[in-house]
Amino acid sequence: MDKTILDVQNLRIRYAGSPTEAVRGVSFTLGRERLGIVGESGSGKSTVGRALLRLLPGASITADRLRFEDLDLLALKEREMLKVRGRRMSMILQDPKFSLNPIRRVGDQVAETYLRHFKCSRREAHDKTIAMLEAVKIRDAERVFKQYPHEISGGMGQRVMIAMMLLADPDLVIADEPTSALDVTVRLQVLTILDSLVRDRGIGLIMISHDLNLVRNFCDRVLIMYAGNVVETLKASELDQAQHPYTQGLLAAQPRIGGPRQPLAVLDRKPEWLKEQA
Amino acid sequence: MSVSVEIRDLYIAFGSGPAAVKVLPGVSFKVKAGECFGLVGESGSGKSTVLRCISLLTDFWKGEVLIDGRSVRDLALIERCRMLQMVFQDPYGSLHPRQSVRTVLHEPLVIHGLGDREERMQRAITDVGLPVEFLDRFPHQLSGGQRQRVAIARALILEPSLLLLDEPTSALDVSVQAEILNLLQRLRDERGFTYIMVTHDLAVVDHMCDRFAVMLRGEVTEILPHEAIAVNGATHPYARELIGASLDYEGIR
Ligand SMILES: Nc1ncnc2c1ncn2[C@@H]1O[C@H](COP(=O)(O)OP(=O)(O)OP(=O)(O)O)[C@@H](O)[C@H]1O
Ligand SMILES: Nc1ncnc2c1ncn2[C@@H]1O[C@H](COP(=O)(O)OP(=O)(O)OP(=O)(O)O)[C@@H](O)[C@H]1O
Ligand SMILES: [Mg+2]
Ligand SMILES: [Mg+2]
Repeated sequence: MDKTILDVQNLRIRYAGSPTEAVRGVSFTLGRERLGIVGESGSGKSTVGRALLRLLPGASITADRLRFEDLDLLALKEREMLKVRGRRMSMILQDPKFSLNPIRRVGDQVAETYLRHFKCSRREAHDKTIAMLEAVKIRDAERVFKQYPHEISGGMGQRVMIAMMLLADPDLVIADEPTSALDVTVRLQVLTILDSLVRDRGIGLIMISHDLNLVRNFCDRVLIMYAGNVVETLKASELDQAQHPYTQGLLAAQPRIGGPRQPLAVLDRKPEWLKEQA
Repeated sequence: MSVSVEIRDLYIAFGSGPAAVKVLPGVSFKVKAGECFGLVGESGSGKSTVLRCISLLTDFWKGEVLIDGRSVRDLALIERCRMLQMVFQDPYGSLHPRQSVRTVLHEPLVIHGLGDREERMQRAITDVGLPVEFLDRFPHQLSGGQRQRVAIARALILEPSLLLLDEPTSALDVSVQAEILNLLQRLRDERGFTYIMVTHDLAVVDHMCDRFAVMLRGEVTEILPHEAIAVNGATHPYARELIGASLDYEGIR
């Protein structure tokens, strides 16, 4: 059986009205593994994720190949895409509160995702939701179920999004900064849940993150993006041996516990990095 | 100008009657003038709520918040805005979707009657590492980290004495984070800004802060100097656990 879940070749994305491409020829494949995407703020990471789910109205998307399991994502009709989005392929968005409806209770929104994908009673969906909120270590899940998005904390919002994704039981998860607002203890617990999805259920996981420690310890491979390109692909365990000056600059810019309190190293961005292709 | 901050028995509950939830049962701490003070702790423990109370975005709390010895409630709105500014955890929610970056930065300058507006806006946007052309963009045309940088630029443009920073750099790649942290450090050296900074990254705390408080379920468990992180010098069990987990996470132990 083919182990490749996702096959992306020469993906290019241009936003409507923008003179330049936000993504300029990205290629990678994903198996049943944890793939990290690290990169400059604004380098196109979220854009790649949203393009896979076809969540970019008005943008032009081209690729030599954009396959997800048996599907050609570029050829799929929107009606067919509806069956894929959320159910088989799910994205945890970077701005959790923005992606929730502000005037509906958090729990109802999570339960609704479950009802949309599975036949069951409201009661069952409610119980599933509570169980999942508890699984992502939300204290007092019954109370949080009844709260509105503006009443929950940043880290609770991220975990609500993760719970929503988990309930849909997808084959591919694209997680865009899923744990940045979580304290380290809860973060590790949530990462363990994501990890077991890859190990036990064999899903593919794309982790977009700025957290180099997370990517190093938690992912199998890492893509490094800069200005719409993948400039380097590394085994996560070999992140520290990165060759590209952008990646090396990232590693040097990281503050460290016990480090000197001098100004942090900043990157000297070189124009030639824009032209490279890896 | 440098200002000190003192929080005494800050109490807030949301909801009423038996369903009310005491989110902060009684928080107290002091921040010296010109200090960088960290707030860390469990997700949902009330860190953002503390900042919202100090800035009076949430105002139905009890207790005292003194800025340079004066109650924050006694400051006129216009004075309060010049004195303190906040950078929110959630940049999308804090930027108006129909306002361009230029409008976002221009408005406070007009309200406070400051001159040299074009120059100030250009400096603010380049200080956070964005090109001047970005002044004409709208929030939905920005990446997550770019939005956060606009929010930081907006807070800095009035040159407030006290900055309340809620995870200011968690949406930024570490190279941009380094630029922002260096900028904050420089402003503190040059102008004596006081910072209260919420973060989950203890390496950032160790790099930036003088002291920090560890919060759990609405309470400050312990206040520690930044040097306590590397050696895990905490005594409260939760603070010890959190610092220990962070040292493991960084691969230091
Ligand atoms: N609707 C839009 N119209 C025009 N340009 C856009 C639009 N949305 C995003 N962009 C631009 O596309 C580029 C890529 O954005 P994207 O959100 O993919 O970045 P990112 O890598 O996820 O960054 P971050 O780490 O800051 O979230 C950015 O330079 C951004 O300004
Ligand atoms: N307007 C509100 N109504 C009801 N409850 C609220 C409201 N605002 C905050 N809370 C509750 O207060 C608690 C603390 O929230 P807060 O946002 O301060 O946490 P935090 O420490 O910043 O967490 P995080 O690190 O996840 O951002 C949470 O349980 C939250 O649900
Ligand atoms: Mg992004
Ligand atoms: Mg918060």
